[in-house]
Amino acid sequence: MINEALALSAALFAIGVVGVLTRRNALIVFMCVELMLNAVNLAFVAFSKLHGMGGQVFVIFVMTVAAAEAAVGLAIVIALFRHRQTVDLDDIGLLRG
Amino acid sequence: MRPEYPLFYSFHFYLFGLIALASAILFVTRRSPVAAAMWLVNVMFSLAALYVMMDAHFIGAIQVLVYAGAIMVVFLFVVMLLNLGHADAVTDQRSGGVRLTAAAVALVLLSELAVLTNPDWLPVLPQPIGNPPPAEGGAVAVIADPLFREYLLAFELTSVLILVAIVGAVVLGRRTNA
Repeated sequence: MINEALALSAALFAIGVVGVLTRRNALIVFMCVELMLNAVNLAFVAFSKLHGMGGQVFVIFVMTVAAAEAAVGLAIVIALFRHRQTVDLDDIGLLRG
Repeated sequence: MRPEYPLFYSFHFYLFGLIALASAILFVTRRSPVAAAMWLVNVMFSLAALYVMMDAHFIGAIQVLVYAGAIMVVFLFVVMLLNLGHADAVTDQRSGGVRLTAAAVALVLLSELAVLTNPDWLPVLPQPIGNPPPAEGGAVAVIADPLFREYLLAFELTSVLILVAIVGAVVLGRRTNA
């Protein structure tokens, strides 16, 4: 089942990348990043079958980082919405050259 | 040789894998953020089932509680706070070159998938450790032991990360009237 789990992980990661690149709604882009983190977690759990518990410990760390990222990222989205009344990433190009 | 799995096990493994894959595809194609979030929750539930099937019981429980429960609720909370739930003529799917780039990246990652599914191209992996004997402390002790011994420093640093995230979220989220 390891190979299948790794394949599913790669597919989910690919879907997440496509979502990040093709969507403009900042919230959906954030959710796609969460999907990519989930794909990585699946790979970690699959490898923990082969190499011991370290992989599962790393999943816990990834989840912690994901929670912190969601908190800060959503705060940024709220701050942006307050200034611009939009979450469309194409309208937010202040740092674009 | 690859170890044999009972048919019951394989069937459910593929079932949950396909549910996860289908939900992920539906997730990136939905326009409404609420519908997308619901499909993402579905992905996370099926992944939790896969974790349990791969002997990561504690991770499966945490996946449901923290990911599907807490993180996605925060997302939905923000969607409602900003009143973004209705997909009013949102054509937020990009077009043209960006789509092409996305397709190219997806192709690269899917070719990785092709390599993974062909065992001949893979380096020989060590055999699965198999079902570990049930530990004395249950599913939690198996993880807690390395977490608080080998990875103690990383664990402590995580608390600093969370503190920074809390402070950052409060600073970013407050109204700046000054």
